[in-house]
Amino acid sequence: MIGRRQKIGLATILGVLLLWYVVTTATGLIGGGRFPSPADFWASFLQVNTRGYAGSVLVNHAIHSLNLVIMGFTVAICTGVPLGLWMGWNRKVEAAINPVFLIIRPIPPLAWIPLAILWLGLGGAAKIMVIWFSAFVPAVINAFAGVRNIDRPVLEAAHMLDTPRWRLVREVIVPASLPMIFTGLRLSLQASWTTLVAAELVGALMGIGFVLNMAQQDIYPGMILVGMVTVGLLGWSTTYLLGTVERRALAWNVAARD
Amino acid sequence: MHDQPLSFRETLGWGAAGLFGFIGLWAFLSMSGVVPAQFLPAPHHVLARFIELLSAPFAGATLPQHLGSSFMRYAYGFVLAALVGVPLGLMMGWFRLLDDIVTPIFDGLRFIAPIAWVPFAALWFGTGIGGPVMIIFAGAFPPCLINAYRGARFVEPRLIEAAKMLGTPSTRVIMEVLLPAAVPSIIAGLRVSAGLGWQSLVGAELIVAAAGVGFMMVQAQGNVATSTVMVGMLAIGLVGMVIDVLLRQGEGWLRRRRGLEA
Repeated sequence: MIGRRQKIGLATILGVLLLWYVVTTATGLIGGGRFPSPADFWASFLQVNTRGYAGSVLVNHAIHSLNLVIMGFTVAICTGVPLGLWMGWNRKVEAAINPVFLIIRPIPPLAWIPLAILWLGLGGAAKIMVIWFSAFVPAVINAFAGVRNIDRPVLEAAHMLDTPRWRLVREVIVPASLPMIFTGLRLSLQASWTTLVAAELVGALMGIGFVLNMAQQDIYPGMILVGMVTVGLLGWSTTYLLGTVERRALAWNVAARD
Repeated sequence: MHDQPLSFRETLGWGAAGLFGFIGLWAFLSMSGVVPAQFLPAPHHVLARFIELLSAPFAGATLPQHLGSSFMRYAYGFVLAALVGVPLGLMMGWFRLLDDIVTPIFDGLRFIAPIAWVPFAALWFGTGIGGPVMIIFAGAFPPCLINAYRGARFVEPRLIEAAKMLGTPSTRVIMEVLLPAAVPSIIAGLRVSAGLGWQSLVGAELIVAAAGVGFMMVQAQGNVATSTVMVGMLAIGLVGMVIDVLLRQGEGWLRRRRGLEA
């Protein structure tokens, strides 16, 4: 049986859909030039899937964007997490990097977009660069906090047992900071999508943001909505995927500790 | 051992080394010609450009004027988000039915990046002030709502029960128990909102606007005026930092005041 909460939730979603139909199609309160009717939305969806829009079909745009996010996100993790761990482990590294961080951190990732385009053009490389910047900071900060929050006795015990350096990193530091690292990765992932969409809206030749941009210029509300729904679905599915990875990684973590 | 805190002198020394290393590398790359100065102007050129732009117009206005129009939009969007988000979040924490209704809608919209609202924002409210304000609203609204909700939802139930048992009317429970208990969470949410809103503003101005720092940066990008782009980034960073410091101050002030009252 579904609970009361789910029932109300379901009713709400149905209510919103009904309201959408009523204000657009049934009464025409909101004209088709402002917000698409369900039929407009469906027609745009069919069009972008069959004939394509903004140069390609929806799947290709989505895959293009997804690829960029995955690449930028991966580069950010592979650089940010180790740096954060290192800063957490070594106070000298922390002291040396902090002032640079203090200068760079207040600059929102989106503000890097014009510079990235100047440096790398409108292709994928510029997007990867800004995604890297946006996902890097949360990855560093949380990995850093993860190391700093490790219980001292754990480290002291490892030290006393004369654990070799690499084993210490691999079997104590990384597992113990993993929950914090994943918190950072979730923030990073969200930032990656925001940044990618913004970068593609500013200038791109392909991708979901480019679909949104074209639809805006063509004043094509149906396609705008298709683009937004796609962005939402992509964001949701990658977050879900990360959650699955997190549960597996942390299950192993708990098992390893026991 | 690794976790011995550094002395003040050591911190200062390493910090200076890091900073000099960073700026030195930047200056070296630019001045040696490894990277053409057109794409990576030297640090002092950016600084000089910054000072120049304080009085010389670029893209129709000087830097302070651009910042002014950016900040106006930002203030509208942020205040609007706080005025809608905080009360709605509090009410969701108080009325279970409202929570059950709003949460599914909110969850559905949560995964759409705020910046993806740009096309509709431009279509509905134009590119002058309305459109960007809507984007800032979209960016700043969720933390306001979530934190107010959490603040109200996770108030010590005993406090509310005690108040109810003493026959306190609902409005007084809300005003004098729920709201004060939720304040720290609300303030934390406002700070997150302020940052996200500022970031959304930059995004909105890069895409649709005819004034503001973001617009200045896009124009500079078009003209391959890299130093002006960097000045824009610096200015955005500085204002963002000032906003954060001010909110921190406000938070501290509120804490002290509440501490005195208690």
